[in-house]
Order: sequence, then structure tokens, then C-alpha cells
Amino acid sequence: MERLNNIENIRKVRADLVEGVFRPGRNVVKVCCGLPCSTLGSYKVAKALEDEISRSGLQIDVVKTGCQGLCQKGPLMQIEPHGFFFQKVRPEKAKDVVSYTYSAGSPVRELLYRDSFLDKPKELFEEVPFYKKQLKIALRNTGNIDPFNVYHYISVGGYSAIEKMFSTMSPEQVIEEVKKANLRGRGGAGFPAGIKWAHSKKAASKIKFVIANGDEGDPGAFMDRSVMEGDPHSLLEGMLICAYVLDAHYGFIYVRHEYPLAIKTLKIAIKQAEELGLLGKDILGTGFDFSIQIREGAGAFVCGESTSLVASLEGERGFPRPRPPRLSEIGGGVWGYPSNLNNIETYACVPPIIEKGADWFLSIGTQGSAGTKVFSLAGKVKNTGLVEVPMGITLREIIFDIGGGIINNKKFKAVQTGGPSGGCIPEQYLDLPVDFDSLSKVGSIMGSGGMVVMDEDNCMVDIAKFFLTFTQAESCGKCPPCRIGTYQMLQLLEKITSGKGEEGDIEKLERLGKMVKLGSLCGLGNSAPNPVLTTIKYFRDEYEEHVYDKYCRAKVCNIGVFMIEQSECILCGLCKQACAFNAVKETRRSFFIDQDYCTKCKSCYLACPVGAVKIMKEKYKRLEEEFRLSSESLDEIERRRQMTLRDVLASRPCEVVMIRKDSTISEAVSIMTQKSVSGLFVVDESDKLVRLFTERDIVHCVFNNISFDEVIGNISMRDIITFDPSTKVSSALAIASKQKIRHLPVVEGDKIIGMITFRDIISYLLPEVCYMAETIY
Amino acid sequence: MKIEEIDIDEQIGEVGNLLNRQEKRKGVLIHALQQTQEDLGFLPEDALKRLSKTLGIPLVEIYSVASFYKMFHFKPRGRKVVRVCLGTACYVRGSKKVLAELENTFNIKSGDTTEDLAMTLETVGCVGCCGLAPVTTINEEVRGELVGGRKIEGLISSIRED
Repeated sequence: MERLNNIENIRKVRADLVEGVFRPGRNVVKVCCGLPCSTLGSYKVAKALEDEISRSGLQIDVVKTGCQGLCQKGPLMQIEPHGFFFQKVRPEKAKDVVSYTYSAGSPVRELLYRDSFLDKPKELFEEVPFYKKQLKIALRNTGNIDPFNVYHYISVGGYSAIEKMFSTMSPEQVIEEVKKANLRGRGGAGFPAGIKWAHSKKAASKIKFVIANGDEGDPGAFMDRSVMEGDPHSLLEGMLICAYVLDAHYGFIYVRHEYPLAIKTLKIAIKQAEELGLLGKDILGTGFDFSIQIREGAGAFVCGESTSLVASLEGERGFPRPRPPRLSEIGGGVWGYPSNLNNIETYACVPPIIEKGADWFLSIGTQGSAGTKVFSLAGKVKNTGLVEVPMGITLREIIFDIGGGIINNKKFKAVQTGGPSGGCIPEQYLDLPVDFDSLSKVGSIMGSGGMVVMDEDNCMVDIAKFFLTFTQAESCGKCPPCRIGTYQMLQLLEKITSGKGEEGDIEKLERLGKMVKLGSLCGLGNSAPNPVLTTIKYFRDEYEEHVYDKYCRAKVCNIGVFMIEQSECILCGLCKQACAFNAVKETRRSFFIDQDYCTKCKSCYLACPVGAVKIMKEKYKRLEEEFRLSSESLDEIERRRQMTLRDVLASRPCEVVMIRKDSTISEAVSIMTQKSVSGLFVVDESDKLVRLFTERDIVHCVFNNISFDEVIGNISMRDIITFDPSTKVSSALAIASKQKIRHLPVVEGDKIIGMITFRDIISYLLPEVCYMAETIY
Repeated sequence: MKIEEIDIDEQIGEVGNLLNRQEKRKGVLIHALQQTQEDLGFLPEDALKRLSKTLGIPLVEIYSVASFYKMFHFKPRGRKVVRVCLGTACYVRGSKKVLAELENTFNIKSGDTTEDLAMTLETVGCVGCCGLAPVTTINEEVRGELVGGRKIEGLISSIRED
């Protein structure tokens, strides 16, 4: 490789490449060789293609690119210049690809993408719904170029941002541009990168460091890996721009050791850039020096936190350090030198901003969050993979349009964003536009961009426990709130999911969670309770089911009562074989589960081929045995048992009839007759409820010879008992009978909601009673 | 790489010019540990003692660092290291079942090594292959979409074969 000694050189190289080797319209097969696709055999496909091409004598380039996104359907392939998109390509198909597509110009039909079996196949790349709504900035080259060849990057306009920067811009102008573009940190917190850079620049130190955070520890996130493996030079270019701004000469890329391919790719990329004079001493003849080293992590999630990452770079235990001093200040960064730390994706977004300007970047996304964001879409969606979308797109568009909806047409339950620091977002917020601020409003965070979709088969308590198990194990142990707090929270969740939950446990969890959030030193502890707190907030009923009914509606936790539904049982005996504790007993013509022996291990439930083993709530079992009710009608009864006064009020039109306390009795009687009600709310001047005036009070007046011209406020009456609308009907009835009252005033705070009489309750309950009776007999 | 031959200045690279001796020694520690483990498979006490001598870092400090990070091991490991991914995406698609199946088949708990040193079973936070969940890695090779009995049997037999 020839060293490029000035800016003109690189322009010339690019022009030569575009006109020569990489001229547009040439025949290229882009085979995705990202980790998932290569797992599925894309290297074999590429090899077969190369063999086939050399045999056919055609002029076709095979480019092994980074991740193309739709990992689930791998190995993927893009055909140029036709623009075809092939999925699930097997090595045997190489021949068809060459002969059909390049000789005949038509796509290989069985390799085309289809939404479902019945749909028409999509021929072109742009037609595939997964890619339709995407807009790529950070991933602009990932999946398009060969990451091991710097010329590929240069030919698609790579390193033109530094050309512009070195020839026309001062460091201050670059900062202004990044600030104006409002590029917010893609690593999670969303701190504006421009402000961070300005801060680091202000620090009075001759030596500064530029660090890229590639310790992508969030389970379910893999966008940084894709950039490092698929487009390493855009990261290097972004870091170089940052170094130019800060006048820094050393850079580090901290990569987690679970990504060996990323480390290899980056090493090659750095070596090639150094050979070309794009890194190292006297870059492009400008006299600017900048060298980048790779530092491998050693497997600690907490090292993604900025201060722990610094400790780890220095060769210490990865403990976070108290701030201030911040990383950008003297004494805060590596070895005490000011350091600027950004996420991989943030650096990858910088070159296009410099190249195309801040206004272009601002035109994408929402007001507070400009640009795009990469999400790794995973979990129970049809199309999993890597997507980059403009900010402000709704969750529904990501999950249902790009992701293709839930697999097996199950019901969507929640989407988890932001990894173990984020939260679960329920169905009601599906139309939420996704940006930094809106996600934090609903209790979650953007985080690094993991997006895991959950359906009705996932238990939210179990998910919360899963995340807490992770953060508890990864807590570094430095500060007690995090170390002890997460442990205690985990114990509580363990208790709840194993069916030993008690009243008050959920509240205890909430209290502990808030304390851990407040008391912890670093971001890990500050955010560790988020998954628990958001699931309690949005799925409290599931927690309550676990605690009070010992029942898990997703049938994930090993609790509940196991029964065999005789009408569905096909007497195959598999459950008996599966049970290790002899709890499944056999009679002459049926199987049943002996509850004394059952350990709730779920073996029989998983073994049954027809789903005749049922898991139900404990109290259901009793009712079922006593009254022989189906579980649907038990559900219905359970719902009715939960009825509150609010339901009764909602069941009939209700008018609040009030009277001032300085009115006379005769006025009250006439209002009661007109409105045909049997009781009135007596209020004072400020419409505040004082007492009730009912038919019984009229009887009282007649008996005691009180004149009907007497003011209501002057006659003695009983103290008023008010009810909150959330009172259960059963307890309201009990109180009313005990206190011998017939009118139940319903009040929420200071507001009068309505009046319920004994008769209302009876007429509301009568159908229910009949229903009960009918189902029982 | 021999532990005695570690060249601190070469390992630390250009940044070394900015640092004092102690900082340089500490700076290469994690890398040296990684190299040692790569050569020996794990970190035996005697190697750590030699490392302590070469780098001039007290043995306790080396242990302090090595025990903090998950990738370092002080016990011999199996020839095949099987890592079941328990990342979120894998978890919701049922990687717990894969782990339970492997634990039962080889009769070891996660984190243990079989007695004949044939394999070590571990769990991992995420291998970044969420599109193919649930995922398990055998050494560096990734196995994806391990749903259903047949796939898991295939995984077990490829762990067994040498």
C-alpha cells in the first residue's frame, strides 16, 4: 500500500477507485459475513460462489461484507447491479445465482424474501419491509463494503470528512458543527457529544486521550459489534476527528473480549490506515499525529461505565470512581489525563455530520434527538436483526412493520429497551415515538439500543428476575447499596417466583429499588432496579398473582396447581413417565396428579402432547372440585369478585343531587320528589359534603314534630360514612349492613362521585347471583 | 510467550512515553494475564508468581485484578468450553432449557468442568448473536436456534465428539 502524503493524494486515489476497480454498475455479489450469517455458513456460500464464477468465466466480484441486518434469514446476499436481495442462501445455490442472475438477469425465485408462504416474493432489496423504513447513518457502510479492505471504505466516500476537516475547518468549527447537530451519545445516557468534546477541550492539559467504548455488555445489544466488524474505518475516522478537535495524540478502543472478530477486524483496519498514512505520524502530510491502540476487556459488565473503563485501562480492578473529577477534567481520565469517552456508534455518526453538515443531520429525527438510532431487534419478533431508524419512529412501526410482528401470531406483551438498565414498555405505549426523552418519560431508557420483544408466554416477574440476576452478578461490589440492595431485591423476587411471596413483598421491592437507585455510586446501580420498577408499574397484576394466588399466567415460574383435564386427556401416559416423583397416578381409566407428591417441576406439563395438563390457581382448584366449574367461568367469577363501587356506578346513569345546608326541609322534600331520589347530598357554601339527607330523616322530623320550615343544617343527624370508588362491593355491603345505612355516598378525595343505594347494589348483583347459581347447578 | 520475556515497553506501545514505571507495569498486567491464560488454558499459581516477579507487582495485587474479571480462571479448564448464552434475547426464547439439558446430560453444574477435562460448561451474558437466539458457543464456534429436542441432541453430540 502506498502512503498518502497529502490530501490531494487521497482524492486522487478515490477518484481512481470509483472510475476503475469499483466503478458503479459492475457485477458484485455482496455476501453477508457478519457473525450470525457466518454461523449459518456464509463463508461456504462465498467459497462456492467464487469457484462457480471462475468456472463460468464471468467478471463478478464477491465481497464479504459485515452484518446486513436481517440476521434471522441468513446467509444474506445482495446482487448488484440488479439490486436483488437473496436470503437463506445455501452453497448449492451458488450455481443458480451465477447462471440465473448474471447470465439471464432474473432472480433465483426460491431465494427471494417472502413475508409468508402466500405472499408474493420481494425481488429488490428496497422492497423488503425489513429495510423499507430504515435510514442508515451509523451503519451506512456496514453490509456494503469489505471491512478488511480500506480501499472499499475510501471508494464509498470514506475519509472525505477528514479531508474537509483538515483543509477547511478549525477545531472550533468542528465542535460547533457537532454541537449544532445535537449529536447525543449513543451509549445510553444521551449526553450531547459536542458539549462533552468542548468540555474535554477546555481542560488545561497538553496530553489528552480519545477513548472509544466498545464494551458492549448489555445482553441483547450488538450494534457496536456490527460497526467494529463491518465498518471499522468509520470508527477510526470519527476518533480521528475527535482527536483533531482536542489536539489529542493517543486513542484507545476498549473492546470486550467476547468479540474476537471485532478485535481482529479493528487490528487489520488500524494497520491499513497506518500504512496509508491515515493514522500514526504526520497524517496526510498535515503534521498531525494520532495513534490508536486496542485494549481488550476481560469480561466485566461494569467496565462499560466510564470510570470503571478507565480503571480497567490502567490495569486495575474495574471499580467505578466517584465523580467529579469527570473524565474530561484533569485527574479524571486515564492516568489522570483528560480523556474523551464516547460510544462506538457515536463516533461512527461523526464523519457524515462533518461531511454533510449539521443541518442535514438535524433534518432527520425529532427536535430533541436528531439523527438515527441503531436498534438490535430481538426476542419474539419474526424478523430479528439490526435496524437503524430515524428517531421519532413509533415502537409499533419497529416491531410490527420492520420486525414483522410477533412469531406464531401470539399477543404482544411488552418490549424491553435499554438492556438491564432499561425498562419494560407495555402495549399501551406502542405508539410512543422513540427518542431519548420519550423513553425516559415512561420509565425506560434508550440505552445502547437493545430491543427485546416479549409475548404472552413471557412472565414479567421472571424477566425482572432475569435482569436483576445479571446486574446482581455484575455488580462490582464497591458500594453497599448496589452490592447488598440488588442481592436483597433478587432474594425477594426469588421468593415471589417460587410461590413463597407474602403480602408487602411488592411494596418492599419498590422501596428497596428506589433506595438502590438513589444510593449507588455508578450507572450500574443507578439503573439496576429499572426493570423491576417498570414491570411493577405496568404489570403489577402479574406480581400480585404470583404473591396472592401463587400463579404464573405465562406458566414460566414453577408455581400453581397442576391438574389433568380429563376431557382432554388421551391417556398416553407420557406425564406419568415424565414425573420423577411419582406424583402422576394412574387409575383404570384416568390419570391424576397427587398434590402431596407434586413438586411443581413442570415435567408433566411439558411432556403432555395435547396440553391436557393444566396449571391453575390454588383457589380455583378448590372451587373446581366443589362446583365443577370450567376455568373460564372461574376466571369470570374471579373478575366479578374484584368488582368495586366504581363498576356499580358505571352500570347505571347517575346524577349527583345536592342541596345547600341552609335550605329548608320542605325544599329538600320537593327536590327529592322531583328528581325521584331517596337521599340528597347536603353541602356547605364551598360545595363541600357535610352530611346526607334521606327519607329516614323525614320520618325522624315527622316523629319529633320538627317543622318543615326548619333549616336542614339545624336538625341533628348521624355522622356521614363515605366510600372510595375503589372499595370492593363485598366490603361496602358488609359496612352498610353493620352500620344500618341504605345510602352509600361515593367520594373520591373531595369530589362527590355519586350515591349508591342498597337497591342499586342488589340489582347490580342479581344477574351475577343468578349466573353463579346457574353455573353451579 | 514466555512470562520472563515480557517486554513492558513494547506491550504498552507509544503511550509508554507518558507513563512512569509503575503505571507501565500495571498497564500491561491485564494483557499479560490474557496471554498467559491463552498459552496455559488457565492461570496456575506458579505462573502468576513468575508474572509477579517479572512485572514487579505484588502477587496479591495480581490476584486482586485477576479475580475481578470473569475471563480469568484459576482451575484447569476442559478442552471444549461450552458457553450457553443467557442474554435477554436468548433467555426469552428459552435458553434456560438448553442449559438444563446440558447440565443433566453431562451431570455438571454451570461453571464446572467434567472430571476428564473434556468440557467446561459456562453461561455468558451475550455473544451478540441475538438474531439466532437461543445460542450456544463451543469454543469459538457459534450454534444458533437451539429450539427443540433434535437441535439440542445435535449440540450434545458435537460436544461429545473430539
